[in-house]
Amino acid sequence: MKRFVIPLVVFGALVVFLAIGLTRDPREVPSPLVGKPAPAFSLSTLADPTRVLTPADLRGKVWLLNVWASWCVACRQEHPLLVEFARTHRVPIIGLDYKDKRDDALAWLMRFGNPYAASVVDADGRTGIEYGVYGVPETFLIDQEGIIRYKRIGPLTAEALRDEVMPLIRRYDVPAS
Amino acid sequence: MIPEVGQFALVVALAVAILQCVVPLAGAARGNAVWMALARPAARVQFLLVLIAFGVLAHAFVTSDFSVAYVAANSSRALPVEYRFAAVWGGHEGSILLWLLMLTFWMLAVSFFSRHMPETMVARILAVMAFVSVGFLLFLLLTSSPFDRLLPAAPDGRDLNPMLQDPGMVIHPPMLYMGYVGFSVPFAFAIAALLGGNLDAAWARWSRPWTTVAWVFLTLGICLGSAWAYYTLGWGGWWFWDPVENASFMPWLVGTGLIHSLAVTEKRGAFKVWTVLLAIIAFSLSLLGTFLVRSGVLTSVHAFATDPRRGVFILGFLALVVGGSLALFAWRAPRVGLGGRFEVVSRESALLVNNVLMLAAAGTVALGTLYPIFMDSLGLGKISVGPPYFEAVFVPLMAPALFMMGVGPLARWKQASLPDIALRLRWAFGAAVLVAVIGPIGAGGWSVMVALGLLLAAWIAVAGVASLWQLLEGADASDRWWERLRRIRRVTPAVWGMLVAHLGVAVFVVGVTLVKGYESEQDVRMAFGETVAGGPYAFTLRDVRDGDGPNYRYQRATVEVSRDGRPYTTLFPEKRVYRVQSNPMTEAAIERSFTHDLYVSLGEALTPTAWTLRIYYKPFIDWIWAGCVLMALGGLLAVIDRRYRRGRGTA
Repeated sequence: MKRFVIPLVVFGALVVFLAIGLTRDPREVPSPLVGKPAPAFSLSTLADPTRVLTPADLRGKVWLLNVWASWCVACRQEHPLLVEFARTHRVPIIGLDYKDKRDDALAWLMRFGNPYAASVVDADGRTGIEYGVYGVPETFLIDQEGIIRYKRIGPLTAEALRDEVMPLIRRYDVPAS
Repeated sequence: MIPEVGQFALVVALAVAILQCVVPLAGAARGNAVWMALARPAARVQFLLVLIAFGVLAHAFVTSDFSVAYVAANSSRALPVEYRFAAVWGGHEGSILLWLLMLTFWMLAVSFFSRHMPETMVARILAVMAFVSVGFLLFLLLTSSPFDRLLPAAPDGRDLNPMLQDPGMVIHPPMLYMGYVGFSVPFAFAIAALLGGNLDAAWARWSRPWTTVAWVFLTLGICLGSAWAYYTLGWGGWWFWDPVENASFMPWLVGTGLIHSLAVTEKRGAFKVWTVLLAIIAFSLSLLGTFLVRSGVLTSVHAFATDPRRGVFILGFLALVVGGSLALFAWRAPRVGLGGRFEVVSRESALLVNNVLMLAAAGTVALGTLYPIFMDSLGLGKISVGPPYFEAVFVPLMAPALFMMGVGPLARWKQASLPDIALRLRWAFGAAVLVAVIGPIGAGGWSVMVALGLLLAAWIAVAGVASLWQLLEGADASDRWWERLRRIRRVTPAVWGMLVAHLGVAVFVVGVTLVKGYESEQDVRMAFGETVAGGPYAFTLRDVRDGDGPNYRYQRATVEVSRDGRPYTTLFPEKRVYRVQSNPMTEAAIERSFTHDLYVSLGEALTPTAWTLRIYYKPFIDWIWAGCVLMALGGLLAVIDRRYRRGRGTA
């Protein structure tokens, strides 16, 4: 007899989630990766498949790692902000093109503009797993020592960039002594 | 004054809906024939009232009455008159009004085409539908009235979203909503049957044509939406797995399961619990779709915050309707009984597998669509689940379903023999394998996915013919082939419907497989006079000229296409900037043919004489929509079957 109640119980759980979904604003949870060294990768770049980029190449710089994909709708939301930020040349943005096709990704950048100093191709999503990517987009701030200082899940907003990312950039982007 | 008439009509409609819900239901419980008889006239009056409200809003749009806030937000003086009419459902308020109009239209249809059913059943069905209608009327009146005034009136409107200014968009939402809302009828049938305790073969036979008609509308609606996305978004894609699309696809999957489950309940008295549950879920997913699309939970939490009442209202209503029906189900379903028994190898089993797979498929789509909300609820941020997820989970689920489509129609009810089925299908399987091996090589290169797709498509098509051949078999199996062919006139429309719909699936699978396997896309920079090759075609950009449309400016490129050195056609892709909302739109130019589309869309101007262009070659893409149309046609054939028009008492 109990099995006939199952649909009701499943639906009840669904309603609870939807109700919370209505009230919640996206909030940050501290990522276990913050304060840890950025996981290493060695991936070919989008523009030139023969060129390989690793985090070690960026040692000594503060940089943003932005996880994106051409199939990602939310990425379009944050993209103009990234393009604008890239024009300031404050710190380089490296794109991690996640589970994407090279042609699609290139077409996407051509259409919406390319804010990335370089993008690396993570076709099978393995590097994404190393970085604990929940979904696309996500953004990491990595300091001169290669330590992750900040992680944002979901599209970057102008407020988050101004109030969270910029203070951290000012703190960590100091001239090498 | 006229807009206030619309508002008033809605208020009266609400009163009528409440009466139509309460009185017939009480009448059915007490056996009071007079109270029950109220249902039909109330349904007709309610339809008229909502039609008046809709007409009033349409009048405000056509006459550009910008003192109505909703009109000012979604229309403009320069908008061509046919789009002014389509703009009625171009925004939130009007969409809900259209939803309601459809719902009352289905009630009207039930009130006319239900003479052969017992009065208690009709009273309960119309009462349940009225309950849904009460919810939507309250939603419209309390949170999203389309008749709110804007005083002083705006001199001109903000124009209709340019994305929606397209002939496809004029008929897409009504079709889709007819389908969505159409599932309220089998839902009401199921609830009425649960209330009355008469879940039987007669109930299933009454439900079938309604379910099928709703499904036909939904199929065509989704098909139109996909075709619309293909030629207006300028991306050459036909399905994006975005939440709005998924919202319509989930009820379609469950509705497909429901159609098949109803067949078993009617013919064999089995699967009653399944059928009731699928009917409830199909309509619940229609409501959930409305919630997802209309509440704003998926697009932006912040946009939603501007009017929290809407989301809360729909969610509350959803909880009441779906929660209530599932509670009723949990209470009544245990007493339903199991119906005819069947063996492991039988048509029932094949259809059971179908039910499970369709429900599982809808579940995975729901998971992918709702996962971002779950993550958000748990405070893990807003994310996107994209095509990689859906494609990874969908192929393994659909492949067995497609395979079973070949077997099901040949299997006998109750008990079938596996060796017998294998014997009858050996040629079909051989032919399918042959197509899978040779087809991809002929089409442009062998690959596992293409071979699998063609194998399944050919399998469905050939097995369909084999099942027709089996039906034509006489009393002794040794009859000659012309004797069999002569019996073809005896095949009922219902069977033709099944065969045509299944063939539609095969055609659809061919389209999807070949587009995925062999499409080519080029994003190129072209100067005037320059030529780019794409397969056997050469594309030459002649020039790009400016011009004026009724409410937009356009830049139109002239692209000459030649095939093997000979002129083939000339394409005119456009880029439009609509004056009022000033966002650019691409109008792709498409040369369609039976085996492929050439698709050219205009990108950005790089210099005055050089542009970026997207040149796509899409093999067999029109087969995708042709397949959908065949599925819908199959549904129509099934509905015209005489069996459903018999009078009362012939079981």
